[in-house]
Amino acid sequence: MNANGRITMSDAPVSRVIRAEGLTRRFGAVVAVQGVTFEVSRAAIFGLLGPNGSGKSTLIRMLCGVLRPSEGTGSVLGVDIRRDPEAVKRRIGYMSQKFSLYADLSVIENLRFYGRVYGLNAARQRQREEAVQALTGVGEFIDRPAGALSGGWKQRLALACALIHEPEVLFLDEPTAGIDPVARRDLWDLLFALSHQGVTMFVTTHYMDEAERCTDVGYIYLARLIALGRPDDLKASRDVTPAGTRRFEITCAHPTDALARARATPGVRDATLFGNTVHVLADARILPEALLADLAPGEVAASIRPIAPTLEDVFVILSRAQSLRTL
Amino acid sequence: MNGFLAILLKEFAHIRRERMTIFFTFVVPALQLTIFGYAIDVTIDHIPLVVLDLDGSQQSRGLVEAMVNTRAFTVSQRVQDLDSLRRALSSGRAKAGVVIPVEYSERLLRGEQAQVQVLIDGSDSQVATTALNTVGLLATQLSIRRGQAMAEVTQQAPARDPEGRPAQPIDLRPRLLYNPDLESSHFFVPGLIGIILQLVLLFLTSFSIVRERELGTLEQLFVTPVSRAGLLFGKLLPYAIMAFGEMLIVLVLMVAVFGVRIQGSMLLLAALSALFIVTALGLGLLISTIAKTQLQAIQIAFLIMMPSVLLSGFMFPRAEMPTPIYWIGAVLPVTYFIEILRGIILRNADAIDLVPHVAGLAACCVVILTLSLSRFRKQLA
Repeated sequence: MNANGRITMSDAPVSRVIRAEGLTRRFGAVVAVQGVTFEVSRAAIFGLLGPNGSGKSTLIRMLCGVLRPSEGTGSVLGVDIRRDPEAVKRRIGYMSQKFSLYADLSVIENLRFYGRVYGLNAARQRQREEAVQALTGVGEFIDRPAGALSGGWKQRLALACALIHEPEVLFLDEPTAGIDPVARRDLWDLLFALSHQGVTMFVTTHYMDEAERCTDVGYIYLARLIALGRPDDLKASRDVTPAGTRRFEITCAHPTDALARARATPGVRDATLFGNTVHVLADARILPEALLADLAPGEVAASIRPIAPTLEDVFVILSRAQSLRTL
Repeated sequence: MNGFLAILLKEFAHIRRERMTIFFTFVVPALQLTIFGYAIDVTIDHIPLVVLDLDGSQQSRGLVEAMVNTRAFTVSQRVQDLDSLRRALSSGRAKAGVVIPVEYSERLLRGEQAQVQVLIDGSDSQVATTALNTVGLLATQLSIRRGQAMAEVTQQAPARDPEGRPAQPIDLRPRLLYNPDLESSHFFVPGLIGIILQLVLLFLTSFSIVRERELGTLEQLFVTPVSRAGLLFGKLLPYAIMAFGEMLIVLVLMVAVFGVRIQGSMLLLAALSALFIVTALGLGLLISTIAKTQLQAIQIAFLIMMPSVLLSGFMFPRAEMPTPIYWIGAVLPVTYFIEILRGIILRNADAIDLVPHVAGLAACCVVILTLSLSRFRKQLA
């Protein structure tokens, strides 16, 4: 509770908007987040991926100042999340994976409630209400109870509420979980619009296609951040495609048979099913034609082509390596 | 107090939308008071009595009439033999039976002791005790009356009243204060106010917080700059105001329906009720810091309500409880509040009379608030 409501720090532009250094959180004997270090620069869209229970929500909660880190430090907009979590809260917006607005209150009542919580005066409140309505379009249902909105519109309203105080950083914990593809795309369009306005975003997600849209991604697995970087840099990483190897996509009539054969073929480092194709990582000395003949013998229609790894390939390879290391 | 007004207005908006809350706060207590106030009646009268009159004389009929005149008994059945009398008792149609022997009136005339057997169903101890006491008292009274008649005849009396008539040597004159008609509603209704107030406050406050935790809105609030004080006062004040309104309704009902007049100071009553309301809000808050779901909140609230009803002195006098049970009552704030309510409403007790109870309630208040406030953090897990 700062009496003047202002943050006592230099207003020099902080290019590293979010910083985490060795952030660790334990719940009893369970380590939910282990030594996570990363930085997010202004106006970036940072996507955090990882399976359920890997520590995504715990990490986001620590950065938002609602969960004390067991070890390590972090800052948001230059404010230490350990020393002054309340100052962090004034300047961030947070949207959780669960719909957490008041279902019995109308759209406008929810917006007004959050405006009051952030202490906006009447004029600013009106101005911001208009701004977030223009951005999200929730003005269409202004008097409808929030609980009566569809999934996609609920998320838009949650976003509108999270933006009512014009935060500089927005934390979104699986914002698109459980909403339809159209609403999902619309929400991402909104996030890009915000990013252009200079808002920094920290998004957790399950969807690989969403990860591809982020400027930076991190992959958290078994409480550790095992991949960090721009999607293109990650794909080009030597850990993913080691020197002297190539990646192919094989299209054939019996992909499961091909997969089994691939795994038994010397020189094949990795093979994975992708729909009705097989992705294979093989030593560069193996010729594509020979590989195709080995995997799909006698199939005339079968084809093979060199491909770049997807983000999913990246995460699969890195989590396998991590599992081997921790075993 | 950052965010206090926002939370307060929002909470009132919830209450306005949620008709059940209003119903639960204002209508249910009024119904409870009326129903319980009438139902809880410990004065036992009109115990069904089965009569076997083997004498059939004017004297024996006079005895039965005397029993009925005590209002403790009503004759439910007259039988001609002992078997039927036993049957009436074992079937539960009668709770007491009287057997007047053949020679009842003759023995009285001869100046011999006449024995009358009264059989009492002891399975309901309260009914049995009443029957036992009434019968004993009646026997003494009837005997004294005969003694007085005898004294008139012999001109010898153990004592005489100022008019010179024979009288009892010792005249104990009980006078009933505060509740001269021994209406049990006068005893129960003030206590019931405390019980109902606690019931409503525990449920409303613990629910209003646990519901937000379940919905995830509490987590959302934690991420905002709303202060802990603003959050707490904003959430609890509406329920404190509602509890006060409820208290007024229940007091009006008490006066209007049960005719229990408030003898003491209204101001003192209001001040001490406010203290109790704050304590009960703290208790509700404490529940909400323990319970993760609304179901758990209900269970914990019942865990507190049960001893509050049974061990607080609301139903049974605490002085007669075994020591460990007595001390359980001593840690319940409602125990002290019930004493305060009865004191002010029935006995015109003033602040000095109530010092021990006010001290007890204040101590409960401090402990509960300290505990619940230290447990309620604007942090997760």
